[in-house]
Amino acid sequence: MKAVISVVGADRVGILAMAANACAGHFVNILEVAQTILDGVFSMTMIVDMNEMDITFDEFALELEALGVENQLVIRVMNQEIFQAMHTI
Amino acid sequence: MQTSNILETIKMIDEECLDIRTITMGISLLDCADADIHVSCRKVEEKICRLAKDLVKVGDDISREYGIPVVNKRISVTPISMLAAASGGDPVEYALTLERCAQKLGVNFIGGYSALVQKGYASGDQTLIESIPRALNATEHVCASVNVGSTKAGINMDAVRQMGQIIRKCSEMSADNNCIGAAKLVVFCNAPEDNPFMAGAFHGVGEADCVINVGVSGPGVVRAVLAKASKHATMDELADLIKRTAFKITRMGQMVGKEAGKRLGVPFGIVDLSLAPTPAVGDSVAYILEEMGLETCGAYGTTACLAMLNDAVKKGGVMATSHVGGLSGAFIPVSEDAGMIHAASCGCLTLEKLEAMTAVCSVGLDMIVVPGDTSADILSGIIADEAAIGMVNTKTTAVRLIPAIGKKVGDVLDFGGLLGSGPVMPVNQEKNSVFVNRGGRIPAPLQALKN
Repeated sequence: MKAVISVVGADRVGILAMAANACAGHFVNILEVAQTILDGVFSMTMIVDMNEMDITFDEFALELEALGVENQLVIRVMNQEIFQAMHTI
Repeated sequence: MQTSNILETIKMIDEECLDIRTITMGISLLDCADADIHVSCRKVEEKICRLAKDLVKVGDDISREYGIPVVNKRISVTPISMLAAASGGDPVEYALTLERCAQKLGVNFIGGYSALVQKGYASGDQTLIESIPRALNATEHVCASVNVGSTKAGINMDAVRQMGQIIRKCSEMSADNNCIGAAKLVVFCNAPEDNPFMAGAFHGVGEADCVINVGVSGPGVVRAVLAKASKHATMDELADLIKRTAFKITRMGQMVGKEAGKRLGVPFGIVDLSLAPTPAVGDSVAYILEEMGLETCGAYGTTACLAMLNDAVKKGGVMATSHVGGLSGAFIPVSEDAGMIHAASCGCLTLEKLEAMTAVCSVGLDMIVVPGDTSADILSGIIADEAAIGMVNTKTTAVRLIPAIGKKVGDVLDFGGLLGSGPVMPVNQEKNSVFVNRGGRIPAPLQALKN
């Protein structure tokens, strides 16, 4: 299954590394990363492959959400299909 | 996958109240009918609890995994009047059975305490309709509906007269609980058989044994798109923006419906292409109309704006899903829409204007609080007028009026939750008793003769 991880919050050093680390820790493979910083607001979307993941989707999503809360960021993990359904014919 | 698309979707969900309003499982109870009402009720409970045992879990799972709120998980069943016809006995037993199922399964509502009497009363219909006030008073999650007319059959004026009385009784019996009984009862003309929305959902007899129907929502998203448009944009440009947005909203409904069907092992039925408001700020259909350039919903131009909105929602949505059904269009329930509540409170939105609006939107006079002393005959007159609009225009119309017992114009009835709160609206109290008591049937119009 492919998922989209989105991270939004105040910019600082190490956000990408932190998210990437969390993925690596659970064998989640990062396929694509796009990030921008607009007026100091960091915004990143990652497309990841979860086929080898060692925990359930829910556990992973909760872990990243909690990681976000700890670091004053909003991190969200969503099944990629919702974006495909909405934006492609 | 474009980052801008991803962020657009997330913004719709986070800031513009986009959600799946309901996943409704339709269950046929025809095979539960039995000559013994206790056996029949036992079969009903067993079947509903078997088929819907994972409904709430699947709804919540999808909500978490896809990040899109699935607000309601509901069940619709075969009109109970048909089971009551076979079993006899007190139909309230069925209502209590449905309530037990709802509580056991954790669903938000269960609809289908219904009778279809557009052409006349069959065995079981009369007793079921008479039992509606008691049934709704004895239960919390059960919803009732009665179809009193159709383009094909005309309008059953005996049923229209009776429903005025039943609505009043529902309110009177629940007077100490904000007259909530009447809010769980809908009177239809041309009732759709696959409607996932409450309180009018029931599982039609032409439907499969079990299906999943989905109702989407998203007035906030449409409003946000219009708010960004230039004040000089023409109406056809606005229509185009609405179509694009409706397409996206509906695609999501289609995906969720298919996924829910797959996980539950049940065929996916339809997506109801709807704009269903909630009392939440920013989730209002009235605000969309105001965004088109009206100071307040109810101003002249409201009906035209609503007609365009309703049409654009359908045009955008129809290509996005494999099967369209239900009510499909913009809803205008007064108490459930922050903008409508405001417009009604300041007197700009009147019952007469709402009636005109129902000729061009997907439903009818919905969630309207009327003075407590409004007579049953006047309620019947309102039902007859709405049914006539539906019958002649070959569309669904519905009436969900709440006589606020002990309250008068200017007071407010607060239901809480999704049902919201509504100001008591003035009603023309001119007498119509002779008309209402004539009974009989209004013959089907020429529009019915299409063969």
